[in-house]
Amino acid sequence: MTSVAEMKAIAGPSEIMEVSMGPHHPSTHGVFRMDVRLEGERVVRLKPVFGYLHRNHEKIAEHGAYLAAIPYTDRLDYLCSMTNNWGYVLAVEKLAGLQVPERAEYIRVIVAELTRFQNHAGLIGFLLQDMGASGTPLMYAFREREKILDLFESLSGARMMCNYMRFGGVRVDCSAEWLDEVRRLVATLPRFLGEFEALLRSNEILMARTQGVGVLPRELAINAGVTGPMLRASGVNYDIRKVDKYGIYDRFDFRVPLGEHGDVYDRYMMRLLEMAETVKILEQALRNIPAGPVMDPKAKLRGLRPKVGEAYGRIESPKGELGFFLISDGSTIPYRYRVRPPSMINLTVLEDMCLGQNIADVVITLGSVDIVLGEVDR
Amino acid sequence: MSDLLNAEEVKAQIEAGVPGSHVTVIPNGSPSGQHSLLLDNEHAFAVASFLRDHPALRLDYCSLVTGVDWLDTETTEKIRVKKVVDGVETEAEETRKTKVPGYLEAVYHLFSIEKKHGPVILRMRTANRTGQTQLPSLTPVWRSCEFQEREAFDLYGIVFVGHPDLRRILMWDGFADFPMRKDYHPPADGVPVAEVHA
Amino acid sequence: MADDLKELKIELSKNGIFTTTLEELYNWGRKNSVWPLTFGLACCAIEMIATTMARYDLARFGAEVFRPSPRQADLIIVSGTVTKKMAPQVVRLYNQMPEPKYVIAMGACAISGGPFRDGYNVLKGIDRYIPVDVHIPGCPPRPEALIHAFMTLQKKIEEQALAGENRPRHLRADLPSEFEVPEFGEHGLEPPANPELFPALPGNPLKVLQ
Repeated sequence: MTSVAEMKAIAGPSEIMEVSMGPHHPSTHGVFRMDVRLEGERVVRLKPVFGYLHRNHEKIAEHGAYLAAIPYTDRLDYLCSMTNNWGYVLAVEKLAGLQVPERAEYIRVIVAELTRFQNHAGLIGFLLQDMGASGTPLMYAFREREKILDLFESLSGARMMCNYMRFGGVRVDCSAEWLDEVRRLVATLPRFLGEFEALLRSNEILMARTQGVGVLPRELAINAGVTGPMLRASGVNYDIRKVDKYGIYDRFDFRVPLGEHGDVYDRYMMRLLEMAETVKILEQALRNIPAGPVMDPKAKLRGLRPKVGEAYGRIESPKGELGFFLISDGSTIPYRYRVRPPSMINLTVLEDMCLGQNIADVVITLGSVDIVLGEVDR
Repeated sequence: MSDLLNAEEVKAQIEAGVPGSHVTVIPNGSPSGQHSLLLDNEHAFAVASFLRDHPALRLDYCSLVTGVDWLDTETTEKIRVKKVVDGVETEAEETRKTKVPGYLEAVYHLFSIEKKHGPVILRMRTANRTGQTQLPSLTPVWRSCEFQEREAFDLYGIVFVGHPDLRRILMWDGFADFPMRKDYHPPADGVPVAEVHA
Repeated sequence: MADDLKELKIELSKNGIFTTTLEELYNWGRKNSVWPLTFGLACCAIEMIATTMARYDLARFGAEVFRPSPRQADLIIVSGTVTKKMAPQVVRLYNQMPEPKYVIAMGACAISGGPFRDGYNVLKGIDRYIPVDVHIPGCPPRPEALIHAFMTLQKKIEEQALAGENRPRHLRADLPSEFEVPEFGEHGLEPPANPELFPALPGNPLKVLQ
């Protein structure tokens, strides 16, 4: 029998094939396109193509009042509207020098961590779906997600596009019953996590598909501005909740999980471990939440006119560093409004991670980056 | 912000470390207090490399790159001129208008992952908005600038010299305009466009 | 069907005799096996996925088989903002679907551009290029709303006549099943709307974004 190497020698060098994956492709998580050049099944070049969901978020925000941009931030990373709100209001608070009451800070932490939980659960569901574990993990994730969305709905009035935070606080106070509901849900989360982990964590196929695939070296990750769980999977200890201690994150006892190899498996584990830490933060926040007002009385929502100047505010969103850069010219409309989209910048290294791999691994490598096109293209 | 990242301090470090470079501190009047440093385009690349490799600063992570469009402005000043009217010398007031050309600006926010500090904000300005819109690309220093500089090229028309792959990123290749500029008007596509809702 | 025939049918069914017409049988089969295209554009796509999941369970309506290939799909749910860069692709996908085919415009963006209507790269409604059967408002519409759209579509399919003047497009050779794909121009798409589908395009804008 001829070996593969011999067959290759007989056939000579294989032809280069160009494949355009996307913008309509079931594995690209939206309207993302990759121009892939293949030699056999091996990737020799990969160029991402953006812009299929470029809906002019920044231009529209530069034509509306500061308040008018908040509902648009919901639609950036449409899985995590709460954290998007927070990133933006944090930047405005820095620009205008507003304070946030303590209760509002606690509510922000609670809704942001719930958002992180459902984002990571959903991501793992989609990633496993990409690997062929069709249906079941995603169903589990969405079952839990629906429960969290129910809480968001009863708090803000909307399932997905919550439009909940305001500069200087949050829009409405939560009730004691709502907090009890959250406590009840959080008490069930560890059980769900155990179940979710046990589903596939030590599955042989999963390990074979993910370990050593899509490796991102530490130095490249830093230089390419990769942030979030993806950076930490490469072993870099950088979590903005710990570094900037924005909000009240310095009051919580939680750990930052770190990976070692920077492969798809590490990125998958990173999400699972972060979900466990999220539960810890939620438990502490729910225990210590004080009574009090939820809005800074000095905050003027309509017709806010910050002084001439600029501010950059950033948070640790579930995808990475979500930043907002605002320039004020002293009017009610931001002169420059810029979003730092973590999932777009994390894609900088997609080609480096995929070169030399099989085309099937591109799908799961992309899946492990965790992109949402609303944020990539804005 | 620690004293190390004080804008004046960083400016002094840069001017000592990169001979010939000229840095201007741009103050920021907002409560955020994030002052920025305007670099001269000629030495910007050297300054960026210097900041990245400086043992105490170690700004190894460039978080945000963005373009800003500053339109042409007109300044008016009143001056007194002496005029001879009918043989009598009189003093009259006259307003003189000077046109200040606008420019495109690229803003870089730097942080340090190793030292866990930041931000240090760098700015570069083009000569004008129409013909000379070249700036040096900092992508060879920080890979994270790659897509964001392409975006600034796409939406503002800043040409980053030295960028490895400068193409339009969000709009299609045949698109002619730079839509994030302040004087851009979108096609109406046959429907009334809403007014500014401030 | 005439009223007396309907009464006769009811009368027969009371006695345990089931009667039907070819038209009813054909439409009954079609409406209960609508296969949508796996096609997500933006935020609404997440609600579309949620609709197929356990809680809302679109499978109850015979529509859980999402097909990634347009050749195997009957229904395209335009779920989210259609940008100008994406619009030619959407039209092309629609053209590749075999007849009979249906379109649901899901959410404000697909209907009119929605909150992003003022954007330079946002298409102001997908019905400028392809014919839409059901519009559902919302930003994003709740899963219940998508199910409502499905039921509306099922009703529409049920009522389609097999013969006669009013028979649907897929039974008429003189009507097109493919539509013109717009081209990228220097400032936007060309043409800005398909004049056959969207004749009511008014003239110039009233006010231009400053």
